[in-house]
Amino acid sequence: MSAPGATAKLLDRCAASPARRRRDRLARGSVLAATLLALVPLVLIVYYLLKKGLGAWSGDFFTTDPTGNTFFKNSDIGGVKSAILGTIEMVALASAIAVPVGVGVAVWLVEYGRNGAFANTVRFFIDVLTGVPSIVFGLFVYITLIVGTGTSYAGWKGSIALSLLMLPVVTRSAEVILTLVPGELRESALALGAPRWRVVGRIVLPTALPGMVTGILLAVARAAGETAPLLFTAAYTHETTTNLGSFMNSLPVQIYTDVTSPTPRIVERAWGAALALVTLILLLNLIARLVSRRSRLA
Amino acid sequence: MEAATLTSGDRGVLARSPWARVPDRALRWGLTILAALILALIVFFFVQLFGEARPAFEKQGVLGFVFDNDWNPSAGHYGALPLVVGTLITSALALLIGVPVAVAAALYASELSPRRLRGALTILVELLAAVPSVVYGLWGIFYLAPNLKPAEQWFANTFSFIPFVGGGTVTIPNAFIAGLVLAIMILPIVSAISREVMSTVPPDHKEAALALGATRWEMIRMAILPYCRSGIVGGAMLGLGRAIGETIAVTILIGGSTQMVEHLFGQSNSLAAVIANEFGEAQGVHRSALFACGLVLFILTLLVNGIARGFVLRAGRRSAGPPRAEEHQRGAAANALLADTAAGA
Amino acid sequence: MSSTRPEEHVTDLDRESTSETDPRHAEGAPVAPSPPIIAPEARAHAATATRAVGVRLDELRAFYGSAEQVRGIDLDFRANEVTAIIGPSGSGKSTVVRCINRMHEEIPGAHAEGRVLLDDVDVYGAGIDVVAVRRAIGMVFQKPNPFPTMSIFDNVASGLRLTARRGELHEKVERALRGAGLWDEVSGRLSEPGAGLSGGQQQRLCIARSLAVEPEVLLMDEPCSALDPIATLKIEELIEELKQRVTIVIVTHNMQQAARVADRTAFMLDGGLVEVGPTQEIFTKPTDPRTEEYVTGKFG
Repeated sequence: MSAPGATAKLLDRCAASPARRRRDRLARGSVLAATLLALVPLVLIVYYLLKKGLGAWSGDFFTTDPTGNTFFKNSDIGGVKSAILGTIEMVALASAIAVPVGVGVAVWLVEYGRNGAFANTVRFFIDVLTGVPSIVFGLFVYITLIVGTGTSYAGWKGSIALSLLMLPVVTRSAEVILTLVPGELRESALALGAPRWRVVGRIVLPTALPGMVTGILLAVARAAGETAPLLFTAAYTHETTTNLGSFMNSLPVQIYTDVTSPTPRIVERAWGAALALVTLILLLNLIARLVSRRSRLA
Repeated sequence: MEAATLTSGDRGVLARSPWARVPDRALRWGLTILAALILALIVFFFVQLFGEARPAFEKQGVLGFVFDNDWNPSAGHYGALPLVVGTLITSALALLIGVPVAVAAALYASELSPRRLRGALTILVELLAAVPSVVYGLWGIFYLAPNLKPAEQWFANTFSFIPFVGGGTVTIPNAFIAGLVLAIMILPIVSAISREVMSTVPPDHKEAALALGATRWEMIRMAILPYCRSGIVGGAMLGLGRAIGETIAVTILIGGSTQMVEHLFGQSNSLAAVIANEFGEAQGVHRSALFACGLVLFILTLLVNGIARGFVLRAGRRSAGPPRAEEHQRGAAANALLADTAAGA
Repeated sequence: MSSTRPEEHVTDLDRESTSETDPRHAEGAPVAPSPPIIAPEARAHAATATRAVGVRLDELRAFYGSAEQVRGIDLDFRANEVTAIIGPSGSGKSTVVRCINRMHEEIPGAHAEGRVLLDDVDVYGAGIDVVAVRRAIGMVFQKPNPFPTMSIFDNVASGLRLTARRGELHEKVERALRGAGLWDEVSGRLSEPGAGLSGGQQQRLCIARSLAVEPEVLLMDEPCSALDPIATLKIEELIEELKQRVTIVIVTHNMQQAARVADRTAFMLDGGLVEVGPTQEIFTKPTDPRTEEYVTGKFG
């Protein structure tokens, strides 16, 4: 076998054929191409948002309410102040509801329910809730709180719809983080004689906090961007109001209303509002990421 | 239950005052009731939705509602077939275009890209999830649709012999654009789950393939893709669930026609879009019909998501090694599902 | 066939018996195997041996980033012999072996220097296809790793499918499975998942998978460390058979195993080669005091 050159010939025989090389290069090239393709929309969206949206931004944009004038070409169309404030108010209320409830359910799942039948049923239903289209949440709230009570649209009803949306996200992320808290931590605290509620409140929750904050911020970001749940609950209005009991504007609904307008200036305002909304959401995402880096878990 | 073997003062040293147990009990029962309430709430909503939808079902019959091809509220007909078909077509398009691109991006990020780029790539794809659906609608209708119209028309003309896809004039908005934007919207979820699953492939198998003399792509085909199959399918189905339920972007981009979609580049409608479009002015049976659409939507997404999660969890469970490893796998699967929920359902 | 192997490189670290006088290495004489648990067909099959090729390491150095793990090794793996590499953990044994089939460079930031000569060809030479190197030099890993989604048949055929035409598969798979001593146990259930076998069977499946592409050299990185004693014994017997077809390099931390299967043994310590020689001598009259300390169990 060891004739000179025999091994070289052996290696030649074993080498990858041109066909295999071609397939390898082609496949890897296609994967790269597809990846670049996936990034193209992002670039385009950011570009367009900045290009069309920045033009709409001005002092007035942020400080005046939309006037509702869509008809006359030269009339003042106003800004989006009520939309911004409305979004902040409604999302804040939604978070105030969803976060305690969501974290509470997660704590119950991890500390008490664990793997029991009841706990698994709850988990299943929370999963169900994740898959519900956002417009259906709006319908739920509409049926119970508007038709059911005979009253009209209100900001707080929009908040309820948003909180339903946020609930499964908060619960699931809190559950994942709480599960990652090492069992030994709990056990050593319990072994020291601390009652369970103390262990949960003083040890488990603080350890899990940064991770949970991440999940919460992501849920908040999502709620801020939702339109459909608000359409039939908080509806739409022009004026800024702090009364959550009345109709309330919001950024997504404002954009949605403006999209179909024939007036170019209104469409431009929609772009401006879109830029404001995306900026808000990106900020929340960024903070969420920074917080998660400080987490000692996961 | 007092283990009072030692006494000092009034109470045994080891005993706790009954009052000390109250916070524990309160916490436990309070949270249990909370969890039970959530359960009850969901069931309650479902029942309510069904109740509101009932008049429409009574009028059309359940099968009639879903399969009649006649959505004509002014004439009192509520056959939702055009809506169902529109929903399915846009979702199918979203899968067809979105899943291969998402899986490719995940593959590139986990196997082929230079290490330094990995983090950046991941973040960029996930940023797509941060864009709210109304902004997708805005961008789609004012940027994408007009810019793609010439290409779409060329396609329709060149392939006019293919039924449904070819022929006809391109409208703005149309079903294709809606499907395309949906594809972009599901990219982050499918990609995130695929990436998570790919990261759980044991290096052993990759090495075994390489040691047999496989090229990089052959190694991917031998060791990675088969291993990740169920996880990727699960991710794709979660994307499908998202696409089916997506309302606002589709409403803006699909056109709201009440007729059955005639060709790919024409107008259409979807279950979610019709609710957004018609709910404001709807009354009586029309309104119930819209609730019925919501109900169908709810059940559809329930089914798809349920099956999807089965796939993803099965993929997470497959590579179970010692208990810690298994927990990590479940954690990875859970994280992936989390990425999905945060991205929006 | 006459051998035109390069002049043996004798350093003061090398100790070897002359191969001409050792009857075990007389050309053509079959190695007498101990009574095998492996079926007679495997024996008969192994008797149709071919001479494989030897490997020689020349100043081999291996790095993880800038950290040097293997420091200038000269080592000779003779054709159709089993050479064991022993040493404490961290001595660099696995790294050396992974350099032979160029798997070491798959680790990000890792690279190797020096030459690895497969007979007379440097596998690190310019223009050498790494795919070819890995096909000619097979590897069996510490933990049995059959592809979990593939059947037994598909596992063995996986390497073949990269190049072979459809028709030959079945015959080659059978041959490989016989060569690994697994045919009788699995011939009736080739379509069952590979992962459903016992640990020892899985490892033999992996050996069959490597054998199917007919390599010249087989590298085994602690192949029995995850197996029970009976499975280990079966594989050691298999190694006895296999060396007629391939040159075997086995890394092991189990000295008794080295004593049982290896013709020659190399002792590595801290990334360097301390001593190499016929197994008997390494274990009974080692030259270097460190070798003696290791084989008598004073450390490691």
